[in-house]
Amino acid sequence: MLRLPPFSFLRARDVAEAAGLLAEHGDQAMLVAGGTDLVPKMKRGQLTPTLLVGVGHLAELGHVSASDRGVEIGAGVTLARVAADARLGAAYPGYVQAAASVSSPALRNAGTIGGNLCVDTRCNYYDMSFEWRQALGFCMKKDGDVCRVAPASTYCRAIASSDTAPVAIALGATVVLVGPGGQRRELAAADLYQDDGRCYLTKQPGEVVESLRLPPPGGWRSAYVKVRRRHAIDFPLGGAAVALATTGPIIEACRIVLTAVGPRPLDVSAAAEPLVGRPLAEVLGGDVGLLAEVAAAAVKPAKPLDNADLHYVWRKQMTRRAVEQAIRQAARQPAPHGAPAATFGADAAGGAKRG
Amino acid sequence: MTAVDTPVVPWTGVVGRPLPRVEAAAKVTGAIAYADDLQLPGMLFCKLLRSPHPHARVVSVDTTAARAMRGVVAVLTGHDLPTKYGIMPTCEDEQALEHEKVRFVGDPVAAVAAVDEETALAACRAIQVEYQPLAAVESIEDALAPPDGEPLHDYAGPGNVHRLAALEFGDVEAGFARADHVREDVFFFEGNTHLPMEQHSATAQASDGQVTLWSSTQNPHYVHRALAKVLGLPMGSVRVVAAPLGGGFGGKCDPFSHEIAVCKLALVTGRPVKCTLTREEVFYTHRGRHPTLMWVRTGVDREGHILAMHFRSVLDGGAYGSYGPASMLYTGALQPTTYRIPAYRFEGARVFTSKAPCGPKRGHGTPQPRFALEVHLDKIAEELGIDPVTLRRRNYVEPFTRTVNWLRVTSCGLQQITDRVLDASGYARRRRRLGHGMGFAVSSYMCGAGLSIYWNTLPHSQCVVTAGRGGVTVFCGATDIGQGSDSMLATVAAEELGLQPGAIRLVTGDTGLTPVDLGSYSSRVTFMAGNAAREAAAKLRQLLVEAVAEAEGRSPEQVQVRDARIGSLGFEEAVALAEERFGTLATHGSYTPPAGIGGRYKGAGVGPSPAYSYSAAVVELDADPVTGEIDVHKVWLAHDIGRAINELAVRGQVEGGVCMGLGEALMEAQAYRHGLVKQPSMLDYKSLTFLEMPDVETILVETVDPEGPYGAKEVGQGPLLPVIPAVVSAVHDALGVWVDEVPVTPDKVLRALEARARGRDARYGPKSFPVVPYPPLVKVAPPDAAAPTL
Repeated sequence: MLRLPPFSFLRARDVAEAAGLLAEHGDQAMLVAGGTDLVPKMKRGQLTPTLLVGVGHLAELGHVSASDRGVEIGAGVTLARVAADARLGAAYPGYVQAAASVSSPALRNAGTIGGNLCVDTRCNYYDMSFEWRQALGFCMKKDGDVCRVAPASTYCRAIASSDTAPVAIALGATVVLVGPGGQRRELAAADLYQDDGRCYLTKQPGEVVESLRLPPPGGWRSAYVKVRRRHAIDFPLGGAAVALATTGPIIEACRIVLTAVGPRPLDVSAAAEPLVGRPLAEVLGGDVGLLAEVAAAAVKPAKPLDNADLHYVWRKQMTRRAVEQAIRQAARQPAPHGAPAATFGADAAGGAKRG
Repeated sequence: MTAVDTPVVPWTGVVGRPLPRVEAAAKVTGAIAYADDLQLPGMLFCKLLRSPHPHARVVSVDTTAARAMRGVVAVLTGHDLPTKYGIMPTCEDEQALEHEKVRFVGDPVAAVAAVDEETALAACRAIQVEYQPLAAVESIEDALAPPDGEPLHDYAGPGNVHRLAALEFGDVEAGFARADHVREDVFFFEGNTHLPMEQHSATAQASDGQVTLWSSTQNPHYVHRALAKVLGLPMGSVRVVAAPLGGGFGGKCDPFSHEIAVCKLALVTGRPVKCTLTREEVFYTHRGRHPTLMWVRTGVDREGHILAMHFRSVLDGGAYGSYGPASMLYTGALQPTTYRIPAYRFEGARVFTSKAPCGPKRGHGTPQPRFALEVHLDKIAEELGIDPVTLRRRNYVEPFTRTVNWLRVTSCGLQQITDRVLDASGYARRRRRLGHGMGFAVSSYMCGAGLSIYWNTLPHSQCVVTAGRGGVTVFCGATDIGQGSDSMLATVAAEELGLQPGAIRLVTGDTGLTPVDLGSYSSRVTFMAGNAAREAAAKLRQLLVEAVAEAEGRSPEQVQVRDARIGSLGFEEAVALAEERFGTLATHGSYTPPAGIGGRYKGAGVGPSPAYSYSAAVVELDADPVTGEIDVHKVWLAHDIGRAINELAVRGQVEGGVCMGLGEALMEAQAYRHGLVKQPSMLDYKSLTFLEMPDVETILVETVDPEGPYGAKEVGQGPLLPVIPAVVSAVHDALGVWVDEVPVTPDKVLRALEARARGRDARYGPKSFPVVPYPPLVKVAPPDAAAPTL
C-alpha cells in the first residue's frame, strides 16, 4: 500500500502557539485538523511537511457564534456540522449548500471549514503519486519548474477547488487570521486568494485561519451550484456562488463568484450589472435572455484548462448553466426579513452549545 | 422483485433455494483472511521499481546503493529472472523484471525485499537505472503506422501489429448482393479496468527448495505453471494457494511480476516475502478491457432478416500479449450466437502500444462488439421503419442449432427473456418525450471456454469428495473470486448427499491440495466444476446408499437421501457404515467439455462452449438536452440462467453485472496522456457510486440446460453485456442522437447535439476505420449449407 512518510506531530495548546510553530518551522510545518486532503497528499509526496501541528482539538476553533455583526464560525468546525445547522441554513443557504456538497459524509465529519477555505488547488498533473509525477517530469507546483497543462504559463494553473470559498466571497465574508505573537487581523475572504496555484493563499506562512465571519444575512439571498461528475464524492469541475440583495421586489445587488475555473475563486460580479434595478419576477418569470446574457458574461473571464475531469469546454458550458441556476435558486428563496442577525444570534448560541 | 419460472423438476433439496453464501458471515464480520491479511514470522516486504518511460532500452541497472541500505535484504533485477512467460503459449513475451527494455510506464524492472515497505520503497528509489528512451506507441493509429524506430516486440508484426485474423463463413458477397438494404457503422469502445476493491497481494514462503505462494489470483493452476517455468522448479516443488478474493473480474487471471518476484525473493532470502500493490500499481497491472475500434457492415432484406455481415475490429492491446489473441478473436466469435447470420466475415487485429497490457475483463472481448452490433441493429431498424425488438426477434437463433461459425447452441431462452423484459419494463408502451428514453438490447455469453488456455489432456475440472468422522470435504481447484463458487460447490455436494451447504467443508484453489480446476475465468466454474462436484458427490452418495441398503436388506432404490439421513440412518452413522464396508470414502468426478461443440478451422478454439447464457436488458433514463448528463432510473434484466442453483447468488451477480455495465457505459475509461495512465486512483477513475446505481429488476428465466449441473448456466459475465448498448439506445430514444463511442459522457452527448444543430450527422463517434493489414480470408464452409439459408 501507499505509505505515509514519517513526520512529527505537535498538538498546539492554542492558536497562537500553532501560528508560532508554523512561523518557526516555515515550509517544513503544516496545520492539520481533519487531514482529509493532507494525508493522501502526503502519501503521494505532493505535500512534504516534516512537522504537523494539530489544531483540530482546539475549542477556540470550534465555535459558531452570532452577534449583530453577523455569524462567526471557528475554522475547526466540521463541514458536517455546518451542513446540518438549520439556522445557518436559513440565514446563509448558499454557504450551507456548499459545505454539504464537499466530498462524502465520512469526510465531512472530519473535514473542517477552515480546511476547505484553504484546500490545496487541484490539477490532474499534480494530484498524482511521486513516481507518476517523476515519470512525466515534475511541474512547478511541486518539485519542478514548468506548468504541465499550460507549458507557456508563468504561473501555476492548478484549480481552486474549495466549494465554500466562493460563497464566502459572494457573501462578503471575512477571515480572521492569527499570527505567531497572537496578533489578529481580519481580511476580506476575497483577499485570501491569489491567482497562482502554487501560492494560492495570501496569508503569511506563520498565520492561522481562526474563523470565518459572515456578515449579517439581512437582505442577502445566496445559492451555490456545483458542477461535477458524481454527486456523492467529487471535487468541483466548476461552480457558481451567487448572493442577491433586494429591496422589495427590486434587485439591489448581485454578486457572482465562480470556483474551479482557475487558480483562485473568480469574482465575476460585474457580469450581474444588468440585473441591478430589475424586478425579481423578471428573473424568476423567465426572462431567459437576461439570465443567459448575465451567465455568458459571468463565465467569459473563466479559462478552464484540460487539467480536470471531463472536457474543459463542457466545464465552462456547465459553469455558465450553474450561474443561471444559482441566480434562479437565490431569487426563489423567501425574502430575508428584518433583524435576522439578532434572531439568528440567540438560536445559534444554542446550536454552538450543543456542538 | 424477482420472478422465477416454475422449475420443470421439483426439488426437495437445496438446489434452487435462495440461501446465503457459505462465506457470507466471515465476509461481513471481517473474519475472512484476504491475501494481504496473511502475516508470517520474519516476513519481508517487497516493492517493485517500475519504468518511468513508455518505451525505452534498459542500458544498465545499478543496485549498489539500494543493497547497501540498512534493512534491505535482497534486490532482484531481470538478470535474476530471465525466463519469459505469458498466459498464452503463443505469446510468452513477459519477464517478471525487464532487463532489456521497458514497454509502458509501470513496467517492473527491479524488486526489493526489505524489513518494511518504507525501506523497500526507499531502496527502489536508490536504484539507478539508465534508460535509452524509444518512440512511444500511443494509439491504434500509431501502432498501425510504420514504427518510428524499433517496434515494441521483435516477434509478430508487421511493425507493432500483434495478431491478425480473417475468417469467412458462407458467401458474404452473395449475401450483400441479395440484400435490399446495406448499412455500415463505425464504433469505438474506450478501454477500462476491473477496479476490484482488493489490490493484488502475494506472499511467498520457501524452504528446502520448495516454494508456496498465497496470492489474490483467479487462476492458481496457470500461476503454478508460470512459476515452475520461471523459477526453474518442478511443478511438484511449487504450491499456489488462491486466497479469498476481494474481486477479480478478470484482473487477476494472468501470472504477475509481483507473484514471481516474491517467490524468487523468498527462495533467495529464506524468509517469507509479501508484496501488496498500491492502487496505482493495480492500474499498471491492468489486463483490462481493450480499447477497440470497430466497423460493421450488414445486409438485410426488407423485413430486416440478416443476409450477410462483415465485422472488423482493431484492439489496442497495450504492451504485452496476455490473453490478447483470444481477446481479439472474441470480438468476432459471439455475434452469431444471438442472431442467425447466414454469411459472416470477421477480420480482427490486435496491436501493441506502450500502455499497460490489456487482457480479459468481465465479458472478455465481447462487450465491445456487442455494443457495436446492438446499436448497429437499432440503426438498421430505424432506417427500415421496423421496431428494433421485432427486427431482432426475426433474427434470433433457435435452441439446439449450430451457428454459421460452427458454435453449438443448446438451450436458448432469447424469446422468453425478451417477452419477460418487455412485459416488466413496459418498453413497447413507453411514452416518447424529449429527454426521456428507454433502450433494449440482448446478448449471450459462454458457460466456460471449450478449450484450455494451453493444449493439454487434463479434464477442465476435477473434484474429490471425502467423508469420514471429520465430515464431508470437497477438494476442488476452483477459486471463489466473490462470484460464489464455494457456495455452488457446497450446494451441489449438499444436494447429492441430502445435507445443507453449511455442512460441507471446502478445500479449494490450492495446487498442493486440490485436483486441477483451470480457474475462475470464462464463466466456467458452475458449469464445469459444478458437473465435476456433482459426479464426485453422486458417487459418494451411491456408496452410502449401497452400505445402508445392504445393512437394511433393501434395494438401493428404496433408500432415500434427504435431510441429513440416508434411509433410516443418520448421515454420520451411514458414513461409518460405508467406511466399514468400503474403506476410506473418497470419490472423484471430473468434467471435460464434449467434443464437436466448435469448428475445426484456425481460430475455432475461441467461442465454443458447452452452453450459452442469454441476457436481455431494458434501460430507462433521463438525458439532459442542455448538459448532456444521463440519469439512469431503472434497469430490467432478464437472464436465461438455465437453472438458478442459488437464486440469491444469481441475483447478486446480475446486479453486479448491471452495475459494472453501467459504469462502462457512462464513465469508466483507462485513458492515457503523454504515455501515462490519466486516472490512476479511485477518485479520478470514475465508476458508479451508490448514488448513480439505479433500481435493478432481475428476471430469471430457467431453460434447464441439458448438460449444465441441474440445468444451470453462467451468470457472472453475461448480464453486463446488453446494458451498454441499451444505455446508448436509450440516449438515442431520449435525444435523437447516437453516441457511437463508449463511455457516453455528458460532453460527448452535447457534441452530438451540437453536430445535429449544425446540420451535421446527429452523432458523436469515430469518423472512419483505419486501413488494417488483414491477411487473406480463410474461407470456412458453414456447418450445414442447407440449414441456415433463407
